[in-house]
Amino acid sequence: MKTSKKLMFLAALLPLALFLFPLWNITLEAPQYPIPLGMNIYINDFADANPHDIKNINLMNHYVGMKYIPEAIPEFKIFPIAIISTTLLGLLIAFKANYKWYLAWFILMILLSSAGLYDFYLWERDYGYDLDPKAIMKFTNPDGSVMGFQPPLFGSKDILNFRAHSYPRLGAYFLGVGILIAFIAFVLGRKEFRKRSK
Amino acid sequence: MKKLMYCILTLFMLVTLFISCGNQGNGSKDGALTSGAAEKVYVAPGEHDEYYAFISGGFSGQMSVYGLPSGRLFKVIPVFSQDAEKAYGYNEETKPMLNTSHGFVPWDDAHHPDISQTNGELDGRFVFINGNNTPRIAKIDLTTFETTEIIEVPNSAGNHSSSFVTENTEYVVAGTRFSVPVPQRDMPINEYKGNFKGALSFISVNPEDGGMDIKFQIIMPGFDYDLSHPGRGASHGWFFFTTYNTEEASSLLEVNASQNDKDFIAAINWKKIEEYVNNGGGKMMPANYAHNVYDEHTHTATSTMKKEVLVVNPTEVPGAIYFLPTPKSPHGCDVDPSGEYIVGNGKLSADLTVHSFTKMLAAIEGEKYDGEAYGIPILNFEDVLAGTVSQPGLGPLHTEFDGKGNAYTTFFISSEVVKWKLGTWEVVDRQPCYYSVGHLMIPGGNSRKPFGKYVLAMNKITKDRYLPTGPEVTQSAQLYDISGEKMELLLDFPTVGEPHYAAGIAADIVKKNSKKIYKLDENKHKYATLSDNDVRVERNGKEVHIYMTMIRSHFNPDNIEGVKVGDKVYFHITNHEQDYDVPHGVSVIGANTSELLIMPGQTESFIWEPKQVGVWPFYCTDFCSALHQEMQGYIRVSPANSNIKLSWSLGE
Repeated sequence: MKTSKKLMFLAALLPLALFLFPLWNITLEAPQYPIPLGMNIYINDFADANPHDIKNINLMNHYVGMKYIPEAIPEFKIFPIAIISTTLLGLLIAFKANYKWYLAWFILMILLSSAGLYDFYLWERDYGYDLDPKAIMKFTNPDGSVMGFQPPLFGSKDILNFRAHSYPRLGAYFLGVGILIAFIAFVLGRKEFRKRSK
Repeated sequence: MKKLMYCILTLFMLVTLFISCGNQGNGSKDGALTSGAAEKVYVAPGEHDEYYAFISGGFSGQMSVYGLPSGRLFKVIPVFSQDAEKAYGYNEETKPMLNTSHGFVPWDDAHHPDISQTNGELDGRFVFINGNNTPRIAKIDLTTFETTEIIEVPNSAGNHSSSFVTENTEYVVAGTRFSVPVPQRDMPINEYKGNFKGALSFISVNPEDGGMDIKFQIIMPGFDYDLSHPGRGASHGWFFFTTYNTEEASSLLEVNASQNDKDFIAAINWKKIEEYVNNGGGKMMPANYAHNVYDEHTHTATSTMKKEVLVVNPTEVPGAIYFLPTPKSPHGCDVDPSGEYIVGNGKLSADLTVHSFTKMLAAIEGEKYDGEAYGIPILNFEDVLAGTVSQPGLGPLHTEFDGKGNAYTTFFISSEVVKWKLGTWEVVDRQPCYYSVGHLMIPGGNSRKPFGKYVLAMNKITKDRYLPTGPEVTQSAQLYDISGEKMELLLDFPTVGEPHYAAGIAADIVKKNSKKIYKLDENKHKYATLSDNDVRVERNGKEVHIYMTMIRSHFNPDNIEGVKVGDKVYFHITNHEQDYDVPHGVSVIGANTSELLIMPGQTESFIWEPKQVGVWPFYCTDFCSALHQEMQGYIRVSPANSNIKLSWSLGE
C-alpha cells in the first residue's frame, strides 16, 4: 500500500478519538476556588472537570443572570453524526479514491470544524449576553452598556472575580492532527502520482 | 597608636560579650526568643501543619483538633456533650447519640483519645475516646471528623483506664476506676471490701466498618483500675492496667487508699481470655446498655438497648492474669515501642518503676509467686523489675516514648517533663511546665513507631501565663522540640476544657481521607428532599412536616402558611450544595433548640412548637454567599381553631 493511502486511513480514523477525549475545556479560577471550577466539552456531553463543577458554575452564574448550562444541546446529536459520517467518507476515499479526494476531505473537514467553532462561539455569546432581566447583580461596562460574561473562544480572560481559560483538549488535537495528516497524504499522494507518471 | 587600637578593640569585645550574656539571661527566661523557636512553630498562611493533635476536652466532653507545631485550633468535635453550634445532641438526627441506660445524658468527662492501629502503627482511621462519668466509649471517624458511634459500658463506673487500642485495633479497652457492686444492687457502702468489682471491658472493633461490640468483660477484684496500655511487639496479646486503692477503701480515699506500699499493675493475657470465650467460656449476664450508631448515609443516629453482656471470672482462666507489685498508687501505665518495658508511674512514689515483659514471662514460667489476691497470682516485685529511675521528680503521672530509646515522663508536683533513657534509667534532661502538667503526648508515642519530633505537655493550671479572664482561666498545652539531646520549649497555647491526654499523627496519613462533601445522591435520610419537585408540607394531626431544600441563596419553600398554634412543626432541611465548604445554617424565632448547621448533601431536622399567632421569619445562620442576608423565609402561624389550608411556595 502506498504511504499516502496509509496516511489517509490514519487521518480518517483519528477524529474518532473525540468519542473518548474532550474537545474543549473551560476553566474558571478564583481565590475561593483553590481547585478551579472546570467543564470539559465532549462532542456529546458537558462533563465536570471535578465532581459537581457544572452545578457549581451554574450556582455562581445565576447571580449575574446567566442561564444554566443545559444538560443536552442539539449539537450533541449532530456532532457525533458528523464525525462518524466524515470518518466513513474518509475511509471510503482512502479505499477507493485518488489523492485529489484527500484534498477534498481536508477542505471539508476544515469547513466543518470552522462551522463547529463558529457554533461554539455563538453559544458562548448567547450564554454570556442573554441574561435574565431579573438578575441579582447587574454590571455595566464603563460606556454604560450591559456587561457580558462571554468566556473566550480561545485563550484566557478576566470575568469579574474569575479568570476564565478556554483551550482545546486532547480530542481536538486528534481531530487537528487527522486533518493535517490528510493534507500531508494529499501532498505525498501527488508526489507519488507524479513519480509514477514520469 | 597600635596600642590604643588594641585597647579600643578589647573594650569593644568586652562590651559585646557583656551584651550577649545579658541577652542569654533574658532568653533562658522566655525560651522562645533565643533559638528561633518562633520559626520552628511558624506555619506560613496557607501552609499545613505537619501533625494533627486530637486533644481531649476533659470536662467539656468534646475533643478538639489542633495542628502541630503551630498550635492552631481547627475544630472542636462534639462527642459526649451537646453542642449548640453544630446542633449535636439538639437535632433529631444526633439526639440518639447521647442516649444511655440512664436516659439522655448531655454531658460527659472526656478522657483519653487513642488512634486506631494496624500492625502496631497508627493507621488514622478512627479516634476512640472514653466518657468517664457515665461510662461510654466513642468512636470518631477521621473521614468526616464526626462522632459516629458511642457504646455504653455496663458494670462500670468511672470509665478511666480507657480507651486504648490493641496493635491491630482488635479491641478498644475500657476499665473501671470506681469499682461498684456487680450487678448493681442496694447494699451498704461499708461492705465494699470483697463485694465491689472492677470490670475490664474488651470491645471488639469490626475491621471492615469499625463497628463496636463488647466481646467480654473481666470481673476483677474491687480495686481502682486507673490507666492501661496494650502490649506490642513481643507483648502483643497482653494488656496492662495500673491499680490503686488495693486497700479497697470506700471513704476518705486520699488517706485510706494510700496506705499500701505497693499496688499492682494487672497484666492480662487477653488472647488467652479471647480463646476461652471463643470456646464457649464466660457467662452471659443480664445488662442494660445503649449502643448508638450514626449512619453517614441516613445522616441519622439510632440507639439500641443491649440486654446482656458476657462476663469472665478471672479464676476460671488460670494463667491469664497476674499482678505485678508496683509502688505506690501508680497512675499512668505505659508500654515502650518494643513492648518490653512497662512503666508504672507511681504517683506517690519518688521513683519510677519499670517492669520487664521478658522477666515477667520468666517469673510466670517459674511459678514464683508472692501470694495471691482473690485467686490472682502476685509475682515478686524483684522478679519482674527491669529497673528504677531514681528520684527523677515528684508525682510521676505519664510516660511517652520517642522511638529512639528515650522516655519522657510528666511530674505533676514538681511541674516538669523529664527525659530519661530506657535500659540505663538515667535522667538526660528536664524542662519546667507551666504549671502542674498532667498528660503528655508524642505523636505515635504509644505505638511501635513514634514520630519522635515533638512532645506536647498538657497543663492543668496556667495562673499568670495568659491575659487573665477572671477566676476561670484556660488550661494549656506546651510544645517541646525533642529532636535534640535536650528538650526545647517552643510554644504554649490554650486548650478547650481540660486536656486529658491527646493523640497525634502525621497529617499526611489522615488529610487525604478527609471528605469534602456528602454526596446528595447517596443521601438516604428518611425525610430527605432530593429534588425541588419534592418540596412539600404535610400535616399529620398536630404534626406538621416541612420537606425543605436550601441552596445559595434561598430556602424552598420560603413562604409557608396553614401552621397553627399548638402544632409540632418539623423542619427537615436538605442542603443541595455539592461544593466544598458551603454549609447553610437555619433557625426560626422562638425555637426551643439550637440552630442546624447542615453540610452540603446532608439532611437535618429540628422541631419548632409555635406558641404565638403571627408571621415568623426563619433564616440562614451561616454566612454562605453574597446573598446570605436574603436567605430567609416566613412561616405564618394561625390560631389553633383556624381553617387555613397548608400551602407553601417559593418566588411567587
